[in-house]
Amino acid sequence: MARTISFSDATLEAMQEEMRRDPTVFLMGEDIAKQGGIFGQFKGLPQEFGFDRVRDTPISEAALVGAGVGAALTGCRPVVDMHFADFITCAMDELVNQAAKLRYMFGEQCIVPMTLRAPDGITKSAGSQHSQALEGWFVHTPGLEVVVPADAEDAKGLLKAAIRSDNPTLYFEHKALFPQKGSVPEDADFVVPIGKAKTMRDGRDVAIVTYGITVGRAMEAASVLEADGIDAAVINLRTVWPLDFDAIVDAVARTHRVLVAHEAVQVGGVGAEIAAFIGEHCFDDLDAPVVRLGAAHVPVPFAPVLQEAMYPKAPMIVDAARRLVRREL
Amino acid sequence: MNLSPDRQREMLRQMLTIRRFEERASADYLGGKIYGVVHCYIGEEAVAVGVCSALDAQDRIISTHRGHGHTLAKGTPMRGMVAELFARSTGVCKGKGGSMHIADFSVGMLGANGVVAGGFGLVAGAALSAVQRKTDQVAVCFFGDGATNRGPFHENLNLCAIWNLPAVFVLENNRYASTTSTAETMKIKDVAIRAEGYGMPSAIVDGFDAFAVYDAVGAAVERARAGGGPTFVECKTYRARGHFIGDPERYRQKAEVEDVMNASDPIVRMQGLLGDALSPEEFEQLWSEAREEFADAVAFARSSPPPEREEAFFGAYAGDREPGNPVHAAEARERDRFMPFAPDVGSGSQGSGH
Repeated sequence: MARTISFSDATLEAMQEEMRRDPTVFLMGEDIAKQGGIFGQFKGLPQEFGFDRVRDTPISEAALVGAGVGAALTGCRPVVDMHFADFITCAMDELVNQAAKLRYMFGEQCIVPMTLRAPDGITKSAGSQHSQALEGWFVHTPGLEVVVPADAEDAKGLLKAAIRSDNPTLYFEHKALFPQKGSVPEDADFVVPIGKAKTMRDGRDVAIVTYGITVGRAMEAASVLEADGIDAAVINLRTVWPLDFDAIVDAVARTHRVLVAHEAVQVGGVGAEIAAFIGEHCFDDLDAPVVRLGAAHVPVPFAPVLQEAMYPKAPMIVDAARRLVRREL
Repeated sequence: MNLSPDRQREMLRQMLTIRRFEERASADYLGGKIYGVVHCYIGEEAVAVGVCSALDAQDRIISTHRGHGHTLAKGTPMRGMVAELFARSTGVCKGKGGSMHIADFSVGMLGANGVVAGGFGLVAGAALSAVQRKTDQVAVCFFGDGATNRGPFHENLNLCAIWNLPAVFVLENNRYASTTSTAETMKIKDVAIRAEGYGMPSAIVDGFDAFAVYDAVGAAVERARAGGGPTFVECKTYRARGHFIGDPERYRQKAEVEDVMNASDPIVRMQGLLGDALSPEEFEQLWSEAREEFADAVAFARSSPPPEREEAFFGAYAGDREPGNPVHAAEARERDRFMPFAPDVGSGSQGSGH
């Protein structure tokens, strides 16, 4: 059985279930306990679990992530809320030099089961410092897992998987997705496995490989393309590291044309890695070069007309897919 | 001070062990047998031993790049440490950490940290973890004066203070941050006054006197265990060697080092404190035990193999050795992409980079 709930409530259910399941899970961040989070995503948690397990913190990102790592090293499963993904930059040493490396450089004496929740992405003219999608940096950092939910089902299942993972896991949740509703299974043990992609829609002409909020945009594009007589598959990666390479190979074999799309900056992004992988491993299966769509190489601007001009949404995906299939590139 | 004669003697033994370890590690580094970078703790032994003597086995410490003394004092066997410095598979971190990243979770030593101020957050987290799990463990952070000029120091002292966490912050004020005198990097003489800004009690102690350190840290640990929150202990000490082995030390005069060590060498100081309780023969006996322990550890390290080459590709993720695990699958794909072009490291070369 499944119900329709919001992305925000799906994350809330995940937190409730994991905190009931495991007493070592706790949550800390700015404005979460008394305020309930900027999207209401933490509402009711301190009432059920107490203010010791749901902690309001000072604006001290370095301390929060550092303390998350320390708690994870010593028997807890902390969930640290970054407020906005952009503020991860204030805790880069803690994440990149500490969380990601301790297990390896200490010869596997420890695990670092920390989850970092990072609301990200472009919405409502939030401006250059509150709109970024930074997942590519962390895919580039060995030792971290990176998941990016696309809908309510992913939101719940991936958050539960992140909390249960023995590795430090970044959970990038797009701010514009929080109010969106979607179908979520009832099962209290429902988990979306890390490292496994989901085929949202099968197709034979082109595969749109994507993740996060761009999955919905790709589905919208696929409907438009269908009316054009173009049969597009949509692959929701769900996890960007460890990548589901098998799903990518499979998508290439079925469609022979691939379009990779994400909201993060195109240069040096996850799409570049996927395109390179396909070029190296699936060259003979390709009928056309892989096309990448990502944000332009500029900060996210404020004015709506500027903001909307610099990252891919459905019309841009439709246009690129059409030209890819019709060999007009 | 509440220490039996046996425990006092044990503290001296540990200080001699650290001194011997550091003298020999320095020599072996210069002789090309130890790779990477080595930061020598000579002159500061009383701090590590005074602090760790005040801790229980289940208490946690976080160390710094200058961490050999802390590690030995917390109880890590010397064999595993020397083997780690010699980059052997039997090292305490299997040859993946080296001097700057020695860790031994089995004794509560949660790692030396190569990033100055990298330990503050980890200690706050270990202390928070003790609260969450309702244990009475205390977490101790070792750090230098240089680290107190970085942001994480301030953020984490504040966090530990407001949450009343069972942490002890042990400043080893050795007068130099890398090669720059502390007098040039802060306008205050006693760093301990910074703790006041966070509402945290502090103490200033003679860091050459292991018993004084023990007393101050013992009181702080007792306070933390009783739910009284964190304490800041500033140990006034001195770094008798350069920042790293091989440091040309252009920033200070040799006479300064000689003057401080002639007046304050912590081992001589402890001999004085023990007085007649320790005969010269007993002292010699402890020295020779320290020498033998190091010689045994070197023999162990030398007879140990280096890590297998393929070990380079495992250990970053829990699950990366388990076929069927998605991390294993993705990492295996990456290795497949890398391996056809992998550098041939050969069998004899250790690539020390010296």
